[in-house]
Amino acid sequence: MSSATRATDWRFATVAAIAPETPRAATLTLDVPGWRGHRAGQHLDVRLTADDGYRAQRSYSIASAPEDEKPQITVQELEDGEVSPWFVQVAREGDRFEVRGPFGGWFVWDAAQTEPLFLVAGGSGIVPLMSMLRHRRNQGSAVPVRLLLSVREPDDVFYARELETIGAEVVITYTRRPPAGWDGYARRVDRDMLQEVALLGGRAYVCGPTTFVESVADLLIELGQAPADIRTERFGGG
Amino acid sequence: MDHLDGNAAAGELSEVFTREATAARATCAGCGTSGPVAEAMVYEAGMGTVLRCPACEAVLLRLAHLGDEVVMEMRGVRVIRWRSGPG
Amino acid sequence: MSTRGFHRRRATADHGRLPPGQYLEGGFPVLSAGPTPRTPLSEWTFSITGEVDGERSWTWEEFQALPRETPTVDIHCVTSWSKFDTTWEGVSVDTLLEDVEPLGGYVTAFCDGGYTTNLPVEDVTGGKAWVVFGYDGEPLEPEHGGPARLLVPHLYFWKSAKWVRGLRFMEYDEPGFWETLGYHDRGDPWLEQRYQGD
Repeated sequence: MSSATRATDWRFATVAAIAPETPRAATLTLDVPGWRGHRAGQHLDVRLTADDGYRAQRSYSIASAPEDEKPQITVQELEDGEVSPWFVQVAREGDRFEVRGPFGGWFVWDAAQTEPLFLVAGGSGIVPLMSMLRHRRNQGSAVPVRLLLSVREPDDVFYARELETIGAEVVITYTRRPPAGWDGYARRVDRDMLQEVALLGGRAYVCGPTTFVESVADLLIELGQAPADIRTERFGGG
Repeated sequence: MDHLDGNAAAGELSEVFTREATAARATCAGCGTSGPVAEAMVYEAGMGTVLRCPACEAVLLRLAHLGDEVVMEMRGVRVIRWRSGPG
Repeated sequence: MSTRGFHRRRATADHGRLPPGQYLEGGFPVLSAGPTPRTPLSEWTFSITGEVDGERSWTWEEFQALPRETPTVDIHCVTSWSKFDTTWEGVSVDTLLEDVEPLGGYVTAFCDGGYTTNLPVEDVTGGKAWVVFGYDGEPLEPEHGGPARLLVPHLYFWKSAKWVRGLRFMEYDEPGFWETLGYHDRGDPWLEQRYQGD
């Protein structure tokens, strides 16, 4: 395969490794011929083809740091999903599917950026933010960073162990079932919570379902964050 | 059906633009608001991708795969601008 | 080259009822080109306008008082899913045109949110089209086109315009939202009229 393959061209990736991330999500490490790295926050498009020629296409954020040799994606299995169940339940080492990318020039963070960083994730919205956190750690960046993560219950937290040592303040709010003995936030992100938690004045990145992202972005603006300093990425279903 | 944003259209837009499109700034021909393509509202309608101005909801751009053709229409964009330098 | 172990959500059914290139869908996909409009019923009207011998308009109450039908039809989306035996409730376009003489050969359906689609007049008359406000025994949900949508089941489903507010009769065929991008002006699924020139 030509090393001059453009990001926009579809090429075959091979699953190099697959591991459960949570009971309903898996992280896949991919062998992508001609892979030339990515920026933290970018995503891949994937395309699966059935025997009858039926094709389904989705986008998944890259979870791994730019410094890692092989890209990783973390896929959450969606109820009634068509593609995500393949990744989480069926895929195994050696399987091949098509990818293109990486894509994204706006929802990206480089360690050369020096402003404070406030990251807000709804559920699987943590994936691109994790790439940013890993990149920051790898580069030895001292930029102040705080992550606010909203999930339904503890089983929905990706990278739980790694978050403890990633070098960021991590605040979690559980919206459905907090763990036993939890004395932290146990509700949807609201203005009061952001007032207490937000690191304002630097750059904010918000990622998750559309209504979550828009609600959080609106609240950050209310709290004084300049709209130009908020970057958003909305996830859908499928 | 909730909309996504311009980030979701990055792959498709890369089929027609040589420069990374989501960081480009587009001016809406309807209301004159400018902003990054990444912040446009994106509707994946099955029949095609529709980008709308987040300020006034007017259609900025439409892209579809019709058989063996890729078709794009962007009357709704008055101007689109990229930073110079490597694409 | 296919992906091991991947198949579409629903198996293809080999029925004589499926047009070429279609498969049978169990759900009812919600696909839109824009935000869901939210017109209050107190402001909703349906109009017959343009090249007709007398323009007509109904409020929601007046529309609800018209004779209604409950068609059961198969529907076919150009993206290749089909659904059999969908049940609707609404007013036949023939009823709406009872006192109206179309003077043009084409019609454009216009909708809240700006969507339009064009059709030949003969494809909305003769028992082939309705303006429906009920689906599956319930009021039509906004995400599926409520309060009312056009239903023209013998053509691809993009002709069944959601959030329809009227029919404008025209002397010439004016391509609508998807047609200007390259989709077919008529859209007969049995002839696979998906794109212009098909």
